[in-house]
Formats: sequence, C-alpha cells, structure tokens
Amino acid sequence: MSHFLDRVETALRDDHLQGALHSATERLWSRRSAALDGLENSDTIRDMARRSKLGLLRDLAGNLETFEKNLIRNGIKVHWAQNGKEANRIVVEIARKSGCKRAVKSKSMVTEETHLNHDLLEAGLDVLETDLGEYIVQLAETTPSHIILPIIHMTRQDIGKIMHNRISVPYTDSPEELAKIARVKLREAFLSADLGITGANFGVIDSGAICLVSNEGNARLVTTLPRVHVAIMGIEKLVPSLADLDLMIKILARSATGQKITTYTSLVSGPRRPGELDGPEEMHVVLLDNGRTNILGGDLAEILGCIRCGACLNACPVYKNIGGHAYGDTYPGPIGAIVTPGLRGLENWKELPDASSLCGACREVCPVRLDIPRMLLKLRQTGVEEGRSPFTLKFIMKGFGMVVSRPWLYRLSARWGGRLARVVAKAGWIHKLPGLGGGWTRSREMRAPVAKSFQDLWKERGSTGSPTGGRGKNG
Amino acid sequence: MKQIPSKVQLFHTCIVNEVYPDVGLSVVSILEHLGIEVEVPLEQTCCGQPAFNAGFHVDARKVARHTIDLLLSTEGPIIIPSGSCCDMISHQYHLLFEGDKEYLDKSHELSERCYEFSRFLVDVMGITNLGSRFKTKAAYHPSCHLMRGLGIKTQPKTLLAGVQDLEYVPFKDQEECCGFGGMFSVKNPGISTGMMENKLKNIEASGAETLTSCDMGCLMHLEGGLQRHGSKIKVKHLAQILAEGLP
Repeated sequence: MSHFLDRVETALRDDHLQGALHSATERLWSRRSAALDGLENSDTIRDMARRSKLGLLRDLAGNLETFEKNLIRNGIKVHWAQNGKEANRIVVEIARKSGCKRAVKSKSMVTEETHLNHDLLEAGLDVLETDLGEYIVQLAETTPSHIILPIIHMTRQDIGKIMHNRISVPYTDSPEELAKIARVKLREAFLSADLGITGANFGVIDSGAICLVSNEGNARLVTTLPRVHVAIMGIEKLVPSLADLDLMIKILARSATGQKITTYTSLVSGPRRPGELDGPEEMHVVLLDNGRTNILGGDLAEILGCIRCGACLNACPVYKNIGGHAYGDTYPGPIGAIVTPGLRGLENWKELPDASSLCGACREVCPVRLDIPRMLLKLRQTGVEEGRSPFTLKFIMKGFGMVVSRPWLYRLSARWGGRLARVVAKAGWIHKLPGLGGGWTRSREMRAPVAKSFQDLWKERGSTGSPTGGRGKNG
Repeated sequence: MKQIPSKVQLFHTCIVNEVYPDVGLSVVSILEHLGIEVEVPLEQTCCGQPAFNAGFHVDARKVARHTIDLLLSTEGPIIIPSGSCCDMISHQYHLLFEGDKEYLDKSHELSERCYEFSRFLVDVMGITNLGSRFKTKAAYHPSCHLMRGLGIKTQPKTLLAGVQDLEYVPFKDQEECCGFGGMFSVKNPGISTGMMENKLKNIEASGAETLTSCDMGCLMHLEGGLQRHGSKIKVKHLAQILAEGLP
C-alpha cells in the first residue's frame, strides 16, 4: 500500500481530479443547503434522529437480538459474520446451496468493505454491479471514491472512454447515450440473474425489515427478480421503528444529494409469500461486525450513528482537495478518517486523523450531528499514547510543554528564537525553514518574530501587569 | 441589560506577542477609547493548542494548567483577540481535563469569563459603530473556530459595517477553511496549500485591498501566501482596522 502522503501528492497534482471534485462537491453542497432549508423543523428532526441512532447503540446487542427475531418471523434467514471474509464465505455458501450462478448487486459500501466481488468471482460466480456509478467502477476495475457518488472523480469523457474500451461500444460522452447503453446491458443481467445482493441503508427493528434507498430503481430489481436475495448489513445500521425510519429518510437524501426523498425507497420484509406475484424464493440477511464492536463503547462509539449520507465529504475542504482514493480504504473523507482507524486500528492509518484542519464543516453538516472533530482529536491522542508519533514531534511537544508552562523560560526561548529567526530573515520574512517548518515555506513566506514583543511595547508605555494576576502556579 | 465592565484582562495570545504586537496595541486602544481599563497578566504564554491538536495532551495540560491558574487569579472579563485561542480555552479545555475534576471545574469557571474580542464589543458593550473611518475594500475571512467553534458569525461583520469608507467585499467560498489549522499546515503542507490557494484565488478575485479576520493564525498563513504571490493585499486583524480609524 502506498503511503498516505504520497497518495495525497499524486491527487494534488492531478488537475483533472481537482476539476471534477470541485465542481461536483460544489453542486451537491448548494443543493444540500437548499433542501435542508426547505425542511420544516429540520433542527429538531436532526436532534431526534441523533437521539434515535445513539440511543440504540446503548443496547446494540439486545436490539440486534430483537431484530433477528423479527427477521426470522418474516421468513428471512439470518447469518452473523465476524469479519469480511466470513461474510463473503456466507454469501458464497448461500449461492452454492441454492445453485446460483449469476449475481446482480445494487450499490453497497459494506460489500466494498468486505471485497465481496473478489471472493464471488474467485468462487466461480458471475457478478455485476447495477448501480450506474458502481457499474463504471467495476468496468474500470477501480474502487468508489465517494460513498454516494462512486465516480465523483470522473468526467463524462472518462466514462465514455471506459465504456468504449471495456464493452466495445462506440465512444460517446453524452450522459443520456451512456445511460442508455448501460441500461440495455443491465436489463439483460437482471433477467438472467439468480442471486440478488444488496446492502441495507437501515434495518428496521420492529418490522423485521431492511430499507434500501436508490435513485435508479436497480435495488428494487435486484431484490425482486432473482430467486435469492442476500442483504449484507453492518450491525450498526438499525433503527427502532418505522417512525424513526421516517426521520432518517427525511434527512438522508436531503443531506446526500439535496433531494427531498430518493426516487425509490424500498422496505424489504421477507421472501415471496404464498399468493404473492413477485419477490425472491429465499431471503437472507448477513449481519456484519468487522471491527464495529471494537468501536462500540469506546471514544469513537458515536461514529456508529453515521447514516452514510456523504454530506461531510462534500463539505470537507480536505476531501475536496484530495478526493476519496487518497484515504486508501473503503470509507473516505472525515467519516473515513474515523471509521478506517476505528475498524482497522491506528497502526497503518495514523495519518488519516492528522489530515484535518479541524475546521468543523463536517460537524456542521452532519444530519445526526456527529462530533467528528472531537473524534479526530481523540484518535490523535490515542496515536500519541500508543507511541506512534515521530520522535522529532515528541521532542518538540515535550519541549513545548516544559517551556510554555514556565513564563520565564518561555520569554527566554521566545527572545532567543526570535533573534535567530531575524538573522535568517530578509526584510522580516523567512523564505526557507528547515525540518518540519519546510512544509510551511514550501508555499508560504514566514514572518519573523518582531524585536519588540507586545509586552515590551506595553511596558514601554508605562503600563504594568495585572495587579491581581501576578503569577501562575509555575511562574 | 448587561453590566458594562470597567476593567478587563487581555489574553493577547502568543502569536500577537511575538509576531503581531500591533494587534494587541489596537485592542488596548479600542478598549481604552471605550473607557475600559486594560490589564495584561504578564505571566501569560500560550493556550496550549498546538500540543492539544497534535494529540499531546500531557504536554498540553501543563500549559493549560498554567494558563488557567494565571487567568483565574485575575478579575473581570478576559478579552482574547483570537477565535481559535478563545475556543481552545472556552471549549477544548473541558475535553483536556475530562479526567481531572479540579481543573475541569476551573476550566468551566474560566470559560465563563472569556470573550473573543468582536463578541465582547458587540454583545457585551453593545457597540456596532466605533466611529472609525478606514478607506479600503475589505474581505473578511470568518475563521473556523470563531464561526463554528464559538458561533460568532455576525459580530465582526457588524463592526466592519460600522466603519466609514470601508467597502465590504464578499468572496466565493468565504466560509471555507483557509487551510491553516496550526500543526496541520506543516504536517500536511500539500493539502494546507491547496486549501490556501483556493482561498487566496477567491480573495484576489474579489478586488479586496485588505484581508481581515479575527485570528492571526489564519492571517499569518494567508499573509505568507500573499507575500509569496507578490500580492499587494494587506492583512489586518479586525482590531487594527477599527483602531487605526478611530476618531
């Protein structure tokens, strides 16, 4: 795996990516604001949704048990998977038992997380993504770079080229033509598939049902046409009831794409029952942990309330600059900077929580008001406590703590540091700094400290310190 | 009606002390112009934010304890000409001392007394117009910790609107982060620069002659970028604009 900072540099140099990202996120951003402004009592709804999601996590085990019971009551077979490999194995096993050969999938981040397609292909199954964006991702043999818009990093010309090269159709960059071509290909696949695979946007506990939202209608075809339907769902995606689901639906599409509601909202509550005309013969739900229980109960537990709308990605100035692939794993953006190290540990992912200016735009747009900056700070703290920071930084911070908590030492250091800086500076500006500071002067001049500090000038005008506030404890 | 204080403490911040002393003097002259006596606790250093944001809580706590003890030994409102440092003291100290009851309580006591400069003028003193005159086209950068951390959105704009001859120029993506972020600017210089260039491009396109803000951290970063560009745009803390134009 390439290093995070290398991926960042590559992304920053990619003008094509920059153009695609900026225009798409800007469009989504303005639509989101308009949609939420148009929702009456949106603040209250967001508060209620937050309470509902976070309240549920307090007894996740009990809630999952109830959910399982209600799924079974509806004729749904329930499977539990501890990790991604296990979830994939369960799906392969279901396919084998039922004699399925051709799978169609609707968009699902959790199956990206488990790399399901890879394992299905290895087991000899055909698998086709039917969300248009995911279909292009599959053709291009890449990964989604956004949790809602998998190909946000591509232009329509890119898509035209991929379809031309991979499925031998004449090149076009007309979105209508491209959609038409995809529709023909996908329709064939829907009709011949015997296995439908989906994720789940929500699991509704009291109804024993899963909820899927989509704009292309493909999720509905995936869940009704093939003989067997398997839904894979992270264990945190529960909502208590249909009333709570209503809250989520109200804020999900508005936050994600600026729609009041997605074109299709499907509640799937079991296989075809006697007398019904459509629906699968079998339905399975695979409940996946894959690290989520490590997060539960810790400082990052709040993140399990995420409803995966992607608003924090569109609001994040870091995401807008580097795109999703730089984050190096399934979930990009602010949410990914917490979920990835949360699920996988900090060892290989310690740069992610550092890659934020803590501007708080994510917290501001999050429909369930997750305090993302707080969690990023927690992860940084954990990284330091686990001894993962570079020696130089540890040294600098130790020095910072020691010097800055002692006013006399602070003044002395500032005086001599300032003198040194002024020797290096030209006309008050430092053009090039060594070490960590080199990152600053790569693109910015650094102002040298002044010869007379504010306090020097303050004393010169005959003013003295605060008579009541003489000395701190360490002074 | 709020009681108008006769005396305040100034927590000038380290960056103002070492790099931009004129900002501190400007704050003092405005407060004195309003008849308020200003005291400066001379033992102040830094709020500790660099260590806190980098995850070094043990080191940050040393600095924060010093700041808490020092400021609590003073009386009256504490004026801080920085959204970021004020947010650190008013909000982040609570996180820093989650496990230390004594200092957690002290941090709550302290946060009650802290006011960011523009909030103090508008919300406490009830001032919207100081009678200042300053001829310039000014772009205002709402810093993130000021706007999202402290919820201060209108106060600086209100004060700018009261400045005679000052033309306020809005710009694209005004509320987006400038990319400073303290240690972020050196640990992730590439991303920080990308964010800065976007901000500067929009400010430069606005026709602004002066860039103002309530945070010298952001302004030091943006000024450094403007200087590298060879731009003529000057940066000034809001207090400098108000003070220089005082009648």
